[in-house]
Amino acid sequence: MIRDITIGQYFTGHSALHRMDPRTKLVLTIAYIVVLFLTDSLPGYLLAIGLLVLCYKLAHIGLKVILRSLKPVIPLVLFTGILNMFFISGDVLWHWWIFRITQQGLYFAAIMSVRIICLIAGTSLLTYTTSPIALTDGLERLLAPLAKLHFPVHELAMMMTITLRFIPTLVEETDKIMSAQKSRGADMETGGLIKRVKALVPILIPLFVSSFRRADELALAMECRCYRGGEGRTRMRQLHMGGVDLAATAVMALICAGIILCNYLPL
Amino acid sequence: MAIIKTTDLTYIYNAGLPTQTTAIKDINIEIEEGAFVGVIGHTGSGKSTLIQHLNGLLRPTSGKVYIDGRDIWAHKEQIRQVRFDVGLVFQYPEYQLFEETVYKDIAFGPGNMDLSDSEIDSRVKQAAEAVELSPADLQKSPFELSGGQKRRAAIAGVLAMEPKILILDEPTAGLDPRGRDTILKLITRYHQEKKNTILLVSHSMEDVAKFASKVLVMSDTGVLMYDTVQAVFSHAQQIRQIGLSIPQITQIFIQLADRGYPVPRNVYSVEQGVHEIQKLLQGREGGKP
Repeated sequence: MIRDITIGQYFTGHSALHRMDPRTKLVLTIAYIVVLFLTDSLPGYLLAIGLLVLCYKLAHIGLKVILRSLKPVIPLVLFTGILNMFFISGDVLWHWWIFRITQQGLYFAAIMSVRIICLIAGTSLLTYTTSPIALTDGLERLLAPLAKLHFPVHELAMMMTITLRFIPTLVEETDKIMSAQKSRGADMETGGLIKRVKALVPILIPLFVSSFRRADELALAMECRCYRGGEGRTRMRQLHMGGVDLAATAVMALICAGIILCNYLPL
Repeated sequence: MAIIKTTDLTYIYNAGLPTQTTAIKDINIEIEEGAFVGVIGHTGSGKSTLIQHLNGLLRPTSGKVYIDGRDIWAHKEQIRQVRFDVGLVFQYPEYQLFEETVYKDIAFGPGNMDLSDSEIDSRVKQAAEAVELSPADLQKSPFELSGGQKRRAAIAGVLAMEPKILILDEPTAGLDPRGRDTILKLITRYHQEKKNTILLVSHSMEDVAKFASKVLVMSDTGVLMYDTVQAVFSHAQQIRQIGLSIPQITQIFIQLADRGYPVPRNVYSVEQGVHEIQKLLQGREGGKP
């Protein structure tokens, strides 16, 4: 159950998307998000969806995984969809008491839902095909110019690496502690709000204790290996841009240009 | 009648994801009431998954689990009762301690069972006594105790529910030899006094041979053997093939027998070994002219 969370999960693989430089992937993902919000036409959305389908095909990630990652955002999609449906004025299609649905409202509801779904699926693809270490590495390199302004880029990247590294560990630990307390008859599934909040205490306290213990051990282990921050630190794995990155950037640029041009099509 | 019975028990983790793995497959076992079963097997052989099915923490992908003849998933809302009947002590159970005092922590399990305060109190005291924690220890914070004491306090938390079946997943992992011996001694004594069914997951063939009456060998998501200690360890070759070992003392006696000494090959404890060696030496002295 708690293990079923797939957001932020990484699936190992050797596809073109896996081999891309994390910096390219980060930049292209951001570009994709921007373009999603610039799109204003049906062909544009079709292109955006098509690009996503192509990328998922390339990365060999199945529909089931996408659907799972979308599950948590269904309430959000429904909420924005329904809100847009009722509150946008235009040509009334149906109305009852103070509620009315307009043609424009329906259109906007559909567009917003597609936007959110593309957004989640697109950004999930980044973490599905990039290991957390590579991701923070890429981020650190991308933000490197900010270090000149005394922005703690390395520390930030290290914090992110550690956080990402420990999410699966903590999920597993939570699962284990929950199982242990359930074995002692802890009941987390029934009862009112107060009872449920109280039922969390036997899980949260051991989790806190073990997080502190882990932090302590990690700090010690890092110090044992002479970690002293980012200054003068070299890397075992250098990041390299290659042909894949060039090709991906070209394809992305073309499609983005296509999507934006679609806005000006006389439809 | 068997107190634990499983039929075609199968469990698959992450079904449908690229990371899908079968943890256990078509497990059929029957464990008699009052048995002390040692569960051995390699990491990833499915031991932990199997034991988590026995108290209903995991729901089988297919197959059934019967405790005392009842299908535990027949009434989903009664699954908590199953957890009181089948006490499960996880690996490193001291990480689950959370209350302000050891007393309160041990009382957490019985407290969930809707018992009267006096009943809870007597159960906590009995459980503490069974694991040799003093009344003074009971008033301490669990985080003040030593490693071995914490472990014992956590085990007491499960004993206090007075389960019919007690399952312990490597209760001695990470303890020093003395702590290990204490825990094993306490478990054996508890078994002798209460006559309940015990499943002990262990990596130590010595411990299993010494304490268990039966051995369940798991290998590659299935049950390889379920038999008496003698019967299981007499298949030394097969046990070695799946990457497990047989008790050291047994290895020594098999090698002695291979070199022509008149000793039995089925020696499973050091005490028995000492006895056999003495017999051998006396026989020689007596045989000398």
